[in-house]
Amino acid sequence: MIAERHLNAIILAILVLIPAYAVIADEPFTITLATKAVILALAGVGLNFALGQGGLVSFGHAAYFGIGGYAMGILASHAQSYTPLMEVPFVIEGSNSMPVIWLVAVISGGLLALLIGALSLRTRGVYFIMVTLAFGQMLYYFAISWPAYGGEDGLSIYVRNQFPGLNTLVPIQFFGLCFVILLIVLFIVNRLNKSPFGLALMGAHQNEERAKTVGIDVYKMRLVAFAISGAITALAGALFADLNRFVSPVMFDWHTSGQIMVFIILGGVARLFGPIVGASLYILLEHFLGGMSEYWQIYLGAILLFMVLFAKGGIIGRLSKKEQTHGG
Amino acid sequence: MADSILDVRGIHKSFGALKASDGITLDLKPGEIHALIGPNGAGKSTLIKQIAGGLNPDSGSVHFMGRDVSVMTVAARARLGLARTFQISALAMGYTVLENAVLGAVGETGSVFRFFKPAMKDADLLGRAYAALDRVGLRDQAGVITSELSHGQRRQLEVAVALTLAPKAFLMDEPMAGMGAEGSKELTTFLQDLKHEAPILLVEHDMDAVFALADRISVLVYGKIIATGSVADIRANADVRTAYLGEEDAA
Repeated sequence: MIAERHLNAIILAILVLIPAYAVIADEPFTITLATKAVILALAGVGLNFALGQGGLVSFGHAAYFGIGGYAMGILASHAQSYTPLMEVPFVIEGSNSMPVIWLVAVISGGLLALLIGALSLRTRGVYFIMVTLAFGQMLYYFAISWPAYGGEDGLSIYVRNQFPGLNTLVPIQFFGLCFVILLIVLFIVNRLNKSPFGLALMGAHQNEERAKTVGIDVYKMRLVAFAISGAITALAGALFADLNRFVSPVMFDWHTSGQIMVFIILGGVARLFGPIVGASLYILLEHFLGGMSEYWQIYLGAILLFMVLFAKGGIIGRLSKKEQTHGG
Repeated sequence: MADSILDVRGIHKSFGALKASDGITLDLKPGEIHALIGPNGAGKSTLIKQIAGGLNPDSGSVHFMGRDVSVMTVAARARLGLARTFQISALAMGYTVLENAVLGAVGETGSVFRFFKPAMKDADLLGRAYAALDRVGLRDQAGVITSELSHGQRRQLEVAVALTLAPKAFLMDEPMAGMGAEGSKELTTFLQDLKHEAPILLVEHDMDAVFALADRISVLVYGKIIATGSVADIRANADVRTAYLGEEDAA
């Protein structure tokens, strides 16, 4: 058992050293894999805030991942074709600037989560899981049947969007950008967890009646947490679309929701770095096992089963004891 | 009745054919302990839920601090200063004792939507939490995980969390349940003190405690209050004897 702080430092170091090595060894594909791990980790960090801290088991986070992806796809495709997004009542142009796209992704993800949360948070347990799943699938089928942005075929963006001062097409620069975003979001989520809001959110997760009897509006609080969670996952979706320069309805699919949840279970529910470990392991397995067999997910399933049965705290839980988030 | 802190006026609540509350009227005056007793199934839990929130009466009203709170949520009533302790401890079991107390302070100060400053470094929240823990004698256990507390200590923590709300009235559901003789005695002394700060509506099975503590007692049987009065009144009341205390006990 090592202190969670030290374990987290080691995880970050590995996450930096692998692409650094790949630059020296001239293996751009490895950098792309690391970038993918970082972006998927970010999606997991978003879900983990709702699921881990809040106890809100959303099986529909693909909705936010997807809307982030489409925020990028729609804005960039209009920028690419020099056509405005809309002209009435006022003109909105497309954009190939990452900060603009991120902002749009975060806002639309947050608003969508507010809407879906407002309805689904009235239910509990299995019903909550099913309602969130249903909303995700609604968006999936909507994306498939909406011809304006590629329908089932999705949207290709030919050039990666731009960030001031960087050449985002250089793999290591795009990796660095994603990595810094992950760090910033981790910092924010860590502060959130320790704040009165986080204390109340986790308190309500442990005992909802208690939170209510001290005067906390649990529904409103969870709704805000859900919106924050959706906004983070949407940001990851925008980055993921930029990594692939492609967005398709698959981002909205329930498989995606399940995948994000798997990162958390593998890494450790409610652990700050859980999704990072989980997403990285997932990418490693996908790459190495996927190279050996098309049916690699059978092995993933076996590992997942093992984790759930024998290592409830995930990998982080195996390596490091949970510290009191709030201390004292 | 105007000076009552809590005023329950003729509430009815039925579940199908069962009248769980059948025109209940009772009030809580400043500085008193009003005990509510009644056999199992008398409708005590249903009544508590209508007072604390979570269950709305079919008719009648609940007034708290002069306001009609009949259909307010649990949280809204708590913010008005109605503090509740539970029969079965409702605490965040994974939190430390101090974190539970700070959770109460977060609710009281309305700081739920503060997102950045760590809660456990907030002098105001910590001050309120420690003050409450001091009063119930749990300060030395501040760093202990709540699930590791003894049963009696959990009851004390329930009271401490209620205290962080700086309440105008307490609603206590069997605070003595499962406490040893020593613990019951200590709590009895504590409640006698506490009532001057805010009156207490006490639901309790421990008759010794009720007779020692209560300024007034109401007896609930089959959804109806059959008697309200002082300890002596209730002891002498023939209806209460047959309905609840039993002839041989009352002798």
